[in-house]
Parts: sequence; structure tokens; C-alpha cells
Amino acid sequence: MLNIDSIENGIVIDHITAGRGMRVYELLELDRLDTCVAIIKNAKSEKFGKKDIIKIEGVTDIDLDVLGFIDDHATVCTIRDGRLAEKKQPRLPQKLVNIVSCKNPRCITSVENVDQVFYLCDEKAHRYRCRYCEQEYRK
Amino acid sequence: MRHLIDPLDFTREETDRLLGLADRIWEHPAEYAHSCDGRVLATLFYEPSTRTRLSFESAMLRLGGQVLGFASSDSSSAAKGESVADTIRMISGYADIAAMRHSKEGAPFVASRYSAIPVINAGDGGHQHPTQTLTDLFTIRRRHGRVGGVTIGLCGDLKFGRTVHSLIKSLVRYEDVRFIFISPEELRVPSYILKEVVEPSGHTWREARAMEEVMPELDILYMTRVQRERFFNEEDYVRLKDSYILTPEKLCAAKESLSILHPLPRVNEIAPEVDHDPRAVYFQQARGGVFVRMALLLALLGLEKGVLDGEGA
Repeated sequence: MLNIDSIENGIVIDHITAGRGMRVYELLELDRLDTCVAIIKNAKSEKFGKKDIIKIEGVTDIDLDVLGFIDDHATVCTIRDGRLAEKKQPRLPQKLVNIVSCKNPRCITSVENVDQVFYLCDEKAHRYRCRYCEQEYRK
Repeated sequence: MRHLIDPLDFTREETDRLLGLADRIWEHPAEYAHSCDGRVLATLFYEPSTRTRLSFESAMLRLGGQVLGFASSDSSSAAKGESVADTIRMISGYADIAAMRHSKEGAPFVASRYSAIPVINAGDGGHQHPTQTLTDLFTIRRRHGRVGGVTIGLCGDLKFGRTVHSLIKSLVRYEDVRFIFISPEELRVPSYILKEVVEPSGHTWREARAMEEVMPELDILYMTRVQRERFFNEEDYVRLKDSYILTPEKLCAAKESLSILHPLPRVNEIAPEVDHDPRAVYFQQARGGVFVRMALLLALLGLEKGVLDGEGA
């Protein structure tokens, strides 16, 4: 079995749906970090069979808002001095900027170079609408 | 600086004050004949429009201001590929306020983010048409004394009609409005409008397939056009189209106090004989649109204090 050292200070994003780890890595822009980041794919999970995990060493103030949109199964554990300091489930962000694109061909974003902005219109149903044309985002 | 992009950009109180101002202008137009002296309205119409563009121009001219602009994208820099953002930044130097119609949904919102002058959405594709909504509310208020306390039948294409969706969103802010959605199965009001707008408001609503079923109950009948191209097959269109054509016979069962509204243009959904009925107010509605737009220009330019919050209220 592959071993990845536990971290002293940092963040562990656990229970990421298997296969989504790289997407989370990209959308959180973890490639910009200058610290040690480990992506573990297809780790064993009692709950889901398998899961992805991301460990980020030395950083605890990452903007994780988008995580709730990508994977609401994930949990975010903050580690301080080698101990679990905080564990939380990400919430759906109120706004998504340049995370997904509007598919409505009549939307101004199809021709104008502007940010792709979606806002949460129904938290229970995980539904977002384009800020420009109000078209619902469908995965 | 305020813009009008969505009908809900104004609170209900602001909307009511704006409609009150439109009333005063209607009653005393001479008092406002020079309110916009020296001001310029830019009409940026990327797609053709008769009523909306001319009513904006009429509104500004009646206020003593002047108008410049274009009436199609072919005659603007859009034909050369200029972005909406760049166009409005340029226009901000030429005019004091802009009204924009665009085929792309959200274009006026983009313009408002880059503009140094107030931007009014004069219709963006199938999305919003807030000055039509204000005009609809104004007509209801003038006819019935207030906006609330009415049973309104919205008839025709309730699925794609932008004026219908905007009107529903605005009407739910008023008390005691009862909605009856009259449409063919194929053109029912979208479920998200019911779930996100109507149901949370607590207003009563129901659907009907023919206007005859509900005519005696209505205080307002809001007609829209049922377009052939919206149907999946010709057979359905032929079967249903007459159900949504208003004729004098269908009006026999209606209240004397009914108001028949239509955002216009109509094609065949209201028989010409209905025009002579005193309950047909769609041409008055179009006329009222000029006063609404006059009030809107004054409010957004900050020339009439106390209408919009934060504009010298």
C-alpha cells in the first residue's frame, strides 16, 4: 500500500468522490502553491468503496468555497500541530465565478469576453443560474 | 448610480413611487416639458424595435431632452466586432443615459457594469423587458386604482414569453393577486417560475386550458401571442390556436370592469372587433409606456428626487 506522510500543519480534503481529485486540484488552483501537495487517487473508503484525498502541507487559508459545488461529499480537515483542529463539510458557494460556463447560445457570455458568473438559486436542489441570462446550469 | 436591468432592480416602494410620478406626468405634462433640457438619451438598439425605441425617444423629447443612437446592429460598431463593454464606455461620453435593446440575454447587464451613465434594459433577447413590466403595472394601477387585489389571467405563450415572466415576478410583490395561467400544455408557465416565484409568494394560482373556462372571474386578461413555431407539430397548433384568440363572443361572459392588456405587437390573438370594446386597453397601455419611460428617465437621471432610494430620497 502507498504511504503518504501525515501532515503537521495544513489541510486534508478527504472523501472526495473517486476520480474528482484532479478537478478539485485544478479548480482550487493548488498548482499555484509553493508547498507540498499530495493527491491520492482511489484510496480505500469504508463509506464509498474508494475515494480521492488531497493533502496540503503548511497552508490553512485556502479559499475552498468552490469545493461544495464540485463535491459535496468531501470533508475539509484542518490540521494544526499534527492534530485535527477542525473538520467541516463544504457548503455550496453563493456565487461561482469562472467555474462553469453558460450553455445558452443566446447569452451575452457566448460572444462577449466577460467572467462566467452563476449564483445559487436553490440550495436544496443544488441549482445555479447564470447571472446574465438566468439559464439554469445543468451538469 | 442606479440602472434598470431587471424589473426587480427597483423595490416595490420605488416602483410605486415611479408609477406615481408617471401618473403626475400624464396629468400635468406641461410641468415636465423642460425637465430634461440639455440632457441626451442614447438609444442603443442592436435589434429592430418600433414601439420601445419610439416610446423612449418620445419620452425624452417630451421632457425637452435630445436623442441619439442607432436602430440596428448593422448601423453600429457591433458590425465591426466592437464589444458591448467598449460601446457603452464610449457612449458614456456622448450621452447622459442609455436605453439598450440587444438580442443577447444579459447584454444590458454587461453594459451597466462598464457604464458611467445609467443603463436601461429595453429588452434583451427572450430574457427581460423591465420597462414593459412597469408599463403593465402602470396600466393595471390606472385601471383598477391599485396593482394588488386582482385576478389576472395570463393567456397564450407562457413558456417563452419574457413579458409574462417579468410581470409575474413583479406582481407577486403585491397583495392578494390571484393568477390563472391559460395556455396549451406545450406552452405552460415554466415550473421554475411556479416553484421559485409564485409558490413561495403564497399567492393562489391555477392553470386553465381555455380562456372561456375562467373568463367570468378575471379582472385582467393579459394576452400574448401563440406562435406557430413554438409547437412541435402543425396538428397541435391548428387544434389549439383558436383557443387563444380573443373574440367579442368570448368576452360576453367577462366582467364589465375587465381590462384586456397585450404587450403588442399582436398578430391574430385579438380579433380587431375587440378593439372597440372599452375593456380593450392595449393601445392605452402602449401610450402609458411613454409616461412610464418619462418617469424612469427623470428618476435615473436624478432629476426627480425621492423616487429611487439613494438618489436624493
